[in-house]
Amino acid sequence: MVMMRIPVETTTLPNGLRMILSRDHATPVVAVNLWYHVGSANEREGRTGFAHLFEHMLFQGSAQVAANEHFELVQRAGGTLNGSTWLDRTNYYETLPSHQLELALWLEADRMARLLPAMTQEKLDTQRDVVKNERRWSVDNQPYGTWWERLPALCFPPAHPFHHSLIGSMEHLTAASLDDVAEFFRTYYTPDNAVLTVCGDFDEATARAMVERQFGAIPRGAGRPPLPDMTLPPTFGEWKREVVEDAVVAPRLFLAFRIPPAGDDAWYAASLLGAVLGTGEGSRLSRALVREQQLASEATAFTFDLAKGSDLLVCDVTARPGVAAATLEAAVVAEIDRLLRDGVTAGERARALALYETAWVSGIQSVGSRADKLSQFATYRGDAALVNDEPARHAAVGVDAMVDFARARLQPTNRASLLYVPRAVAGVAA
Amino acid sequence: MSAPARPSPGTARPYEFPAVHRHALANGLRLVVAPMPRLPLVTVLALVDAGAATEATGREGIATLTARTLAEGAGALDGATLTARFESLGTAFDGSADWDSSLARLTVTRSRLEAAFALFAAVLTQPTFPEADVARRRDERLAELAQQLAEPRGLADERFSGFLHARECRYARDLAGTAHSVAGLDAVAVRAFHAAHYGPRTTTVVVVGDITPEAAQRLAEQAFGGWTGGRAPAPMPAPRAAREGRRLVVVEKAEAPQSELRVGHIGVPRAHPDYLPIVVMNGILGGLFSSRINLNLRERHAFTYGASSGYDWRRGAGPFVVSTAVKSEVTDRAVVEILREIDAMRTAAPTASEVSLATEYLAGVFPIRYETTAAVAGALAGATMFGLPAEWFSTYRARIRAVTPDDVLAAARAHLDPARALVLAVGDAAVIEGPLAALGIAPVERHASEDDPAEAP
Repeated sequence: MVMMRIPVETTTLPNGLRMILSRDHATPVVAVNLWYHVGSANEREGRTGFAHLFEHMLFQGSAQVAANEHFELVQRAGGTLNGSTWLDRTNYYETLPSHQLELALWLEADRMARLLPAMTQEKLDTQRDVVKNERRWSVDNQPYGTWWERLPALCFPPAHPFHHSLIGSMEHLTAASLDDVAEFFRTYYTPDNAVLTVCGDFDEATARAMVERQFGAIPRGAGRPPLPDMTLPPTFGEWKREVVEDAVVAPRLFLAFRIPPAGDDAWYAASLLGAVLGTGEGSRLSRALVREQQLASEATAFTFDLAKGSDLLVCDVTARPGVAAATLEAAVVAEIDRLLRDGVTAGERARALALYETAWVSGIQSVGSRADKLSQFATYRGDAALVNDEPARHAAVGVDAMVDFARARLQPTNRASLLYVPRAVAGVAA
Repeated sequence: MSAPARPSPGTARPYEFPAVHRHALANGLRLVVAPMPRLPLVTVLALVDAGAATEATGREGIATLTARTLAEGAGALDGATLTARFESLGTAFDGSADWDSSLARLTVTRSRLEAAFALFAAVLTQPTFPEADVARRRDERLAELAQQLAEPRGLADERFSGFLHARECRYARDLAGTAHSVAGLDAVAVRAFHAAHYGPRTTTVVVVGDITPEAAQRLAEQAFGGWTGGRAPAPMPAPRAAREGRRLVVVEKAEAPQSELRVGHIGVPRAHPDYLPIVVMNGILGGLFSSRINLNLRERHAFTYGASSGYDWRRGAGPFVVSTAVKSEVTDRAVVEILREIDAMRTAAPTASEVSLATEYLAGVFPIRYETTAAVAGALAGATMFGLPAEWFSTYRARIRAVTPDDVLAAARAHLDPARALVLAVGDAAVIEGPLAALGIAPVERHASEDDPAEAP
């Protein structure tokens, strides 16, 4: 097994901000990565898409930074940056030459401490239109583009925080107001709801002093409103189905299973089973559907990595043009049933583990991606250092645990199929 | 709470691109090794002088199909067995073709390198190309093409190339071949292409990561030392535009909520002496988030989620293109703004601040871009492909910082030309055609989404 220890030093500032330092002097660059524990799950009714719209507003300036100046200052310093929003978190990140570390900290601190003085109706209107164009680009004008919102809607009950659209509806985006911006900021963008990771080429004492100087005086928030109970039964209890007619040339099936949240012992079995089913051309789905039966052009499987309540294991298989949706679905289901019947082999487990290990080492090569992992583990699991246990936790999953897990969770009573069919032949597969 | 003032930068720490070691085997194969011992990981890449640009008419896609079929059988091992062996080593063989080279690569953990390297070499030197597997890969390519043309972005990119280049020019057709050309390819053609072009004299093997030059040399001698054959393909004639002057094409995509816009013309070859000023010029125009085009279309007008421009660098002159997707109703206004920004770039020199933003960004991100073994291997492969001098990477940052506003203006005047722009919109013709025609920049040529200009009778 590949053994890699990422150095991790965690400190919590008096205002609740968790600071993680991880040194690596291989290249004179440094990553600053800030996770706010808020995502679309925290949106209130009638305001879907707000967490993501707010992420855009965070690049529109703060007390000492003009609109879009955050981008310009980081790029002028020779750095890269962006942010992203997910169901239960939002992240912001910069990677810069190491001597520019404090610039990134200052920019992040200025907007955490002093965002609202810079907000205007005009900026909100502009970003609302930008986001509407993002929705057109990634969802409405893209074959299969609605799967991002349809699959969670199918798999989580209507009142569940993961049920609704992350990018939001046009109607809700239109309804968002400047008051919503202020309220969201005061509620969630507080030091005690954030994790700040600095990874790369720095001196620890200097970096710690910089973080304290920039973030130390920001007051703690009033506390995050709790999410509703997100516990669900271990399985769907039925086979949920949805057929979507879309402007596509070939059917595509998303077959999802409810699994325990990321971090649970059984989640690691799901992660390896996902690789057995759908990582690489030698995986079961790819070998059977793409190579042998030639019904599909692509077949993969992955977990959503949700850390609250429950997660999803998803098989994503695209048919060859001309192959009927029903044929595709039957062939995928036959592979799942075969796995339930015959179990998995030691060779399949070893293959899955080897692929995981290479991906893991590759995934910590850049300081930016390493910092993001550390923030993720601190936010979701409460301890960034747990990242170093990931390879061992995967390696600890034996064949029996994988088979037991498959038999408990891949049954017909725990399936959700979202099936895209070309508009012209709609109805054939239903 | 007092607000800390904007901090000044500390002292820059020195950066060195990984040291590069070169070696040639007795049979002519070139080996390039860059040790990066920070993590137990190695990327292996083979670059073969067998790119798509020189494919014969009617055979477009043969370089891609050959590369994608390499691992479908080697010596006594069949494709399924090879896949299983690679994956049991935690890696996958990735074969592809670019305009100027065919490429094979894998990334593997150090302890599994020897076994993976031997398999990698076997796949390159003794592929069997079984008929059934070549046929399957061919059909997969046809499926991929159908998916690409069903996507507004894929369709716009494909049609832009098709309308831009003269029909007899290879660049008018997709890198991986068209439905028409790919349908005619088979195992006989693939075997012939491999036999003609793959060999030690046309191949460079790049090894980057946790390995010494001596160890890489030993591996290469063992695995490739006995290889023979291969000749470089004939050079491609210079690319030609389909037509002189400005052109306006609407490709119909009924009820599309957005128009995919492509505006540009034929650019310059990668080896052009103006390469660095062009890169800086493009950064200011549309290459950066804070570029003129993105700030105009996204932040000022909110027409789009994003807009960018770029040169597609090849041995021949590839396209220069501005790409964006805008709400259908503002298609005409977006075209006006794009043409205006291209024109403004040639009218006056950019400010010193604009130039320093681009040069400081490009120089600064250089070490960030090359943190991974795969990225360094890719850069070294590119340097080989384009024949860049050995000191390219060690001098890049100083040379990019030396570019001046006058250099940028000269590059824009020499290499941007809105008068010969092809303006292409994939969108809802019922909404966009009238306003586009009213601009009066060129007559509207309207096409159905199926009309492939490169394949037209």
